[in-house]
Amino acid sequence: MSFVYEKLFGDKKGMVGFCILAALILVVFPLFLDSFRLNLVGKYLTYAFAAVSLVLLWGYGGTLSLGQGIFFGIGGYAMAMFLKLEASSPENTAIQSTPGIPDFMDWNQLTELPMFWMPFNSFTFTIIAVLVVPTIFAYIIGAAMFKRRVGGVYFAIITQVISVILTVLIVGQQGLTGGINGITDLRTLNGWDITSDSAKNLFYFINCFLLLGVIIASRFILTSKFGRLLLAMRDKEDRVRFSGYDVANFKIFIFCFAAMISAIGGAMFTLQVGFMSPSFVGIVPSIEMVIFAAIGGRMSLIGAVYGTLLINFGKTAFSESFPELWLFLMGGLFIAVVMFFPNGLAGLWEDYGHHITKRFAFLKRFFAKGKIESTSVDGKLEGAN
Amino acid sequence: MSDKSDNQRSWGRRKVVRALGALPLGIILASQLSWAAPATTTGQAVTDDTVTVGILHSLTGTMAISETGAQEAEKLAIKQINESGGILGRQIKIIQEDGASDWPTFAEKSRKLLVNDKVAAVFGCWTSASRKAALPVFEKENGLLYYPTFYEGLEQSKNVIYTGQEATQQILDGLNWVAKEKGAKTFYLIGSDYIWPRTSMKIARKHIENVLGGKVVGEEYKPLGDTQFGSVINKIRLKKPDVIYAAVVGGSNVAWFKQLKAAGITSKKQTLLTISVTEDEVLGIGGENLEGFYSIMKYFQSQDNPNNVAFVKAFKEMWGEDSVIGDVTQAAYLGPWLWKAAVEKAGTFDVDAVVKASEEGDIELTTAPEGYVKLHPNHHLWSKARVGMWKKDGQAEVVYTSELIEPDPFPEGYQ
Repeated sequence: MSFVYEKLFGDKKGMVGFCILAALILVVFPLFLDSFRLNLVGKYLTYAFAAVSLVLLWGYGGTLSLGQGIFFGIGGYAMAMFLKLEASSPENTAIQSTPGIPDFMDWNQLTELPMFWMPFNSFTFTIIAVLVVPTIFAYIIGAAMFKRRVGGVYFAIITQVISVILTVLIVGQQGLTGGINGITDLRTLNGWDITSDSAKNLFYFINCFLLLGVIIASRFILTSKFGRLLLAMRDKEDRVRFSGYDVANFKIFIFCFAAMISAIGGAMFTLQVGFMSPSFVGIVPSIEMVIFAAIGGRMSLIGAVYGTLLINFGKTAFSESFPELWLFLMGGLFIAVVMFFPNGLAGLWEDYGHHITKRFAFLKRFFAKGKIESTSVDGKLEGAN
Repeated sequence: MSDKSDNQRSWGRRKVVRALGALPLGIILASQLSWAAPATTTGQAVTDDTVTVGILHSLTGTMAISETGAQEAEKLAIKQINESGGILGRQIKIIQEDGASDWPTFAEKSRKLLVNDKVAAVFGCWTSASRKAALPVFEKENGLLYYPTFYEGLEQSKNVIYTGQEATQQILDGLNWVAKEKGAKTFYLIGSDYIWPRTSMKIARKHIENVLGGKVVGEEYKPLGDTQFGSVINKIRLKKPDVIYAAVVGGSNVAWFKQLKAAGITSKKQTLLTISVTEDEVLGIGGENLEGFYSIMKYFQSQDNPNNVAFVKAFKEMWGEDSVIGDVTQAAYLGPWLWKAAVEKAGTFDVDAVVKASEEGDIELTTAPEGYVKLHPNHHLWSKARVGMWKKDGQAEVVYTSELIEPDPFPEGYQ
């Protein structure tokens, strides 16, 4: 029990945060938001996978990746390929010159399904591909970089470049990938209509459980010996190396793990939004993911989720209310967060969270005595722990 | 909630500063609360004296420059409809959303307009990619989209009315004209690398080879946004085609035409016909850089007919004397009017009824700036193709006008 408590949830503090988050996304949102808004939150939460992966990689590992969009995209594309093949049955595509292949291939004069699309007829293969392909890709990048002791800014630049290359490749090979339009018009999963409200609600909950699972797995990594090594490598890489550890292997592992998490987010994104496009692979989404983690607090797995939600709520709310000004408001939000809470939302909680808990102390009394006393919490600052 | 009143208790100055920092958070939370209050009236946002429609174009991002004209024209049309008494006695209210040049955002905002705001129709989208992203939403929620851009065809959705021209309406007559007037036999095809230029070139090549008996001496695609045309221009010099047939889009156009001019390829020696340059693009390219080259469109601002004179005047009054009107802007202007005609014919705003009324093939606009258009049962417009020759001032002189062309989004023999 104490293993679960300490290793998976990270003691009392982690447990409280985890439970609040779980209650928020599993109970509060589904109760108070209609299906459309809930689906939007589901979409935001898929980005949270990438943000959580960056907490591991950047916050704890000290390795900033500006290319998490690569893995998010690979996961999303793998899922989209499966769904697209299912949507391109010969009956549905009878109007094409070559029925039975995805519509964009037909427009690009392809007459048969390319080899690498074939396995995506199988759902099992697709699930495996979502998890394994990004991991292998990350391993190749990671091995090439970390074994040569490339790190820091250079690593960030290289990941960014790779995300650009991948975008260009996808856009350029439009006969094989759908090009700039992406893979669109995905409707069913093994015959089940994924555009219906019930399917979207179900995906929302699957998404939430996966996200919570990923947070637990990440917490486990961070509270293990490996987590402490990760921190040690971030702060004094050489000392860890001189102590006899192979630093590169640890970095490769965490990079691969981060890639896999992001890919799960990408696959869930495709399922919930109904398409995938190269605009999730390039520089902008990759940097946005870093912003989510930064706003949430890059040392906090749970903060990353809140950061993602805050930014995306802001994006949606501002752009709906002020369609011509919303980018400025987003800019204002970033500046405000960086100025007032340099450690992100998690830092804010660390500093002031206990005041809020104190303010809720009256609730305890309420339950104890059965009536509200006129509490006078003066809110004097106490030394933060 | 009691924690709220609690929070308002005497805060120190430092806390006020913190609170200011939290203000954006508060705004967001407040808007979340307003989300929670659902407008769950069934059916559409139609009251006794108003009807709500959506406008969904990019106001920010790379496409904003192209899409601004379209949304301005739609607002103008709606204003004019309102001034003339509205539709079925109702004034049109607009909810505008920003697609932000981002395809998923178009899907998200479409869903918001249809599900949350329950708009009766949406005027919007510009790129094929944004339409492809939004299309499943319109089909799922049974919305109605008026899409203004000339595009590649190969699509016909129950829930979309295409007010621009599909590929054959633009391409075939232009090629016929250049073959006849200029005696062109050899063609060099160049386009940006995405679905619209590729499909257009596919149709063009078939037409050149099978119908005109000409020859395609080169076909080249450049990435979107590319600005390096040196190698293409060298190849063009070598091949000496009778006609350069271009479908370069967006910002690349500026580099493309400037580099052509710098390489000495001007209209004095070379015929160039493009399917992607309207008055909007010329504003960026500069009239002097494509003087004498040809565009094939269905509308040019310089068209001299009473409808167009009135339209240009009204547009400039509303959006400024300097504004220019391109092909898509005019097509966008048709959207609200076509919708009005269909709704009045159907006698209801119900999407199924409006679509049915639209499919009967007798919705026509005699007041269209481009002249006369009629809605085909296949959701596209009958329209004329026009060849314009660009002048230094950024306006085109219409040198050829076709007959009304039947829209054919799935052309046989060109697949």
